[in-house]
Amino acid sequence: MEFFIISMLNGLSYGLLLFMLSSGLTLIFSMMGVLNFAHASFYMIGAYVGYTVSKLVGFWPALVIAPIVVAVLGALFEKWCLRRVHKFGHVPELLITFGLSYVILEVVQLIWGQIAVEFRPPEVLQGPAFTLINHSVTGLKLLWGAAPAEMCSSADAAIRVVCSPFPATRGFMMLVALVMLVSVWLLLTKTRIGLVIQAALTHPETVEALGHNVPAIFMLVFGAGAGLAGLAGVIGGSTFLTDPSMAATVGSVIFVVVVVGGMGSLSGAFLASVLIGVIQTFAVAFDYSVGTLASEVGLTLSQSASSNSLVKLTLSQVAPILPYLFLILILIFRPKGLLGRREG
Amino acid sequence: MKFAIKSVAFGVMVMGASFTFAQQGEVVKMVRIDPLSGLLGPVGVSQLKGYQFFAEKYSGKGNTAGVKFEITGIDNKLSPAESLNALKAAIDSGVRYIIQGNGSSVALALSDAVTKYNERNPGKEVIYLNDSAVDPDLTNSKCSYWHFRFDADTSMKMEAMSSFMAEQKDIKKVYILGQNYSHGVQVAKYTHSTLARKRPDIQIVGEDLHPIASVRDFAPYIAKIKASGADTLVTGNWGSDLSLLVKAANEGGYTGKIFTYYTGVTGTPSALGTNGAGRVYQIAYSHYNMGGQLQKWMDEFKVKYNDDFYTGSTIRIYEMLGAAMAKAKSTDPVKVAAAMEGLKVQSFNGEVEMRKADHQLQQPLYMTVWQKASKQYPYSPENTGMTLVPLKVYPNYVSSTPTSCEMKRPG
Repeated sequence: MEFFIISMLNGLSYGLLLFMLSSGLTLIFSMMGVLNFAHASFYMIGAYVGYTVSKLVGFWPALVIAPIVVAVLGALFEKWCLRRVHKFGHVPELLITFGLSYVILEVVQLIWGQIAVEFRPPEVLQGPAFTLINHSVTGLKLLWGAAPAEMCSSADAAIRVVCSPFPATRGFMMLVALVMLVSVWLLLTKTRIGLVIQAALTHPETVEALGHNVPAIFMLVFGAGAGLAGLAGVIGGSTFLTDPSMAATVGSVIFVVVVVGGMGSLSGAFLASVLIGVIQTFAVAFDYSVGTLASEVGLTLSQSASSNSLVKLTLSQVAPILPYLFLILILIFRPKGLLGRREG
Repeated sequence: MKFAIKSVAFGVMVMGASFTFAQQGEVVKMVRIDPLSGLLGPVGVSQLKGYQFFAEKYSGKGNTAGVKFEITGIDNKLSPAESLNALKAAIDSGVRYIIQGNGSSVALALSDAVTKYNERNPGKEVIYLNDSAVDPDLTNSKCSYWHFRFDADTSMKMEAMSSFMAEQKDIKKVYILGQNYSHGVQVAKYTHSTLARKRPDIQIVGEDLHPIASVRDFAPYIAKIKASGADTLVTGNWGSDLSLLVKAANEGGYTGKIFTYYTGVTGTPSALGTNGAGRVYQIAYSHYNMGGQLQKWMDEFKVKYNDDFYTGSTIRIYEMLGAAMAKAKSTDPVKVAAAMEGLKVQSFNGEVEMRKADHQLQQPLYMTVWQKASKQYPYSPENTGMTLVPLKVYPNYVSSTPTSCEMKRPG
């Protein structure tokens, strides 16, 4: 039971981190029709700027300053580069963000070096958020914070006690993602600026005719999207690892999230990221392979078939490719994504 | 007459002496092909510093041959394909001594490439010195005359580790986790076979291979290991794959033992911190508190680079090359390779031998455990206040394993 809860929480927290990243990407896409290849690079800049700022003034100010820095960088990139190539169509837009991702990678390596930096979460977040204690006699119990050592062991060998702490960094990650989800949703649906953004999304000419500055709105959205990635970077970088390959490892997964969720759908991105996070986490836990499946249903494989490396491949070994498999299946059977609307 | 004999004898001695030292003062250029960037970069960077540090110590009067060592590094990004390009670049710049260590996948490719190159380019032979890649195939089914291994291979390490585990009566359920490439697969294989032989009652409750240098979050694996009820984890992981694993193990509340190859390697001491005291073990051919001259050098290294020196093979390579060049009276790789076969040198912990049959260095192994640093064992890696305390030494005759190598010697 505690295995299920902890794995579910691990999956959810990873999924929510993916959501923090993909929300900005999907926002930019739905708004401007730009598939931003450099989005994960903004995530990386967020982590590195967060690292540098946290060394100077501490983690909490960095959590605010780094996303703002990234948002400003994003807005400037939109204003000076993206807007200029906008009139040439989608392919140049795509290529310029693609180029930007390489430039950012090299610049990051020049400034911070080619190997990982040590970005530690603050003292408060270093322990466990809570501990699940599974006692074979008294059952499952939840204890906030760390459990004392004597509660996790028993003198009697017949009683089995397992303590499963859940790291506070992950709890914090989930909290920030949820706060972000709610505030972005409120901003888009309940405020005036949100309504203008939504209108500019479908009818930019009309919005412009009504006297709104649509290019400025585009800049704002691009900056905000990059800023969200920067926020995810500070949290992801301090929880996992801050190094130059961090953009590449999430870069491909967030595209899967956006496609699976439905291009431009915020709720779709939420659903898809949580789904992918949970699937990837649980896939690690299962040792099922084609071979074991065959023996479960009563098929006996020949010696050569059962020693075939493809037949022996377990679900846990293929866990890393599952999101991409998911992507292909969605594109074949539901091209508009889980919650996407087909462009008309 | 007496004077004549004396002078002739003296003349012979002088000639002999000058002849002996024909190679004296020559520069031996070496290149280390290893990851210097990426997740496993910190390990390669630290080891390259070690090579440069000891090139100074062992040059000139530091070796019996009196040669000068020069070493540079080429980043291979842990890719066999990049390594072959690096090998070509090194050979083109006139280097005849290639060093590599991290990644048996790279080692297998390099060993093969060097062997083929030497066959096709007589007179320009290259020697490949392997300081850390431990896949047993390199000195068994895929052995090469031009490859020399200074680390102990997985068969030797698992032999010693399983002997130690056999005595630990509280080990009942073992889980094996490894990187999904030749090294991780070999560790799993030898863990199975050695434990089945020495402690058949131990249950292997799970086994997993994960992609190398790409997992950032080991929490799902730790949850799985805990759910399996394992009291012991055996892993050949290194670099970030070990440091992130122990970090996840600490955060996930895994309280069992962890048997490793590379606890002492860059990154992992910091990730462990004071956690894991008394339950994280390492099997290796050296440890942090060897004493003697090595200890002084390690302290000097720490002051100079603010880093820890842990790759004792570095020293063995310089010792062995120096002795072989003195014996061969030359720096020509063909003569040096022949001289290194079966060569014995006095190293920091006694005599080690480059076995002629398969070019596997025969050396003692140490089982150590992560503990608080003390007066007796003071060296603390990455300023953690902790150290690896030796529990048991496995001398050459215990750690040695048979080989199936059918060495093809040139000529």
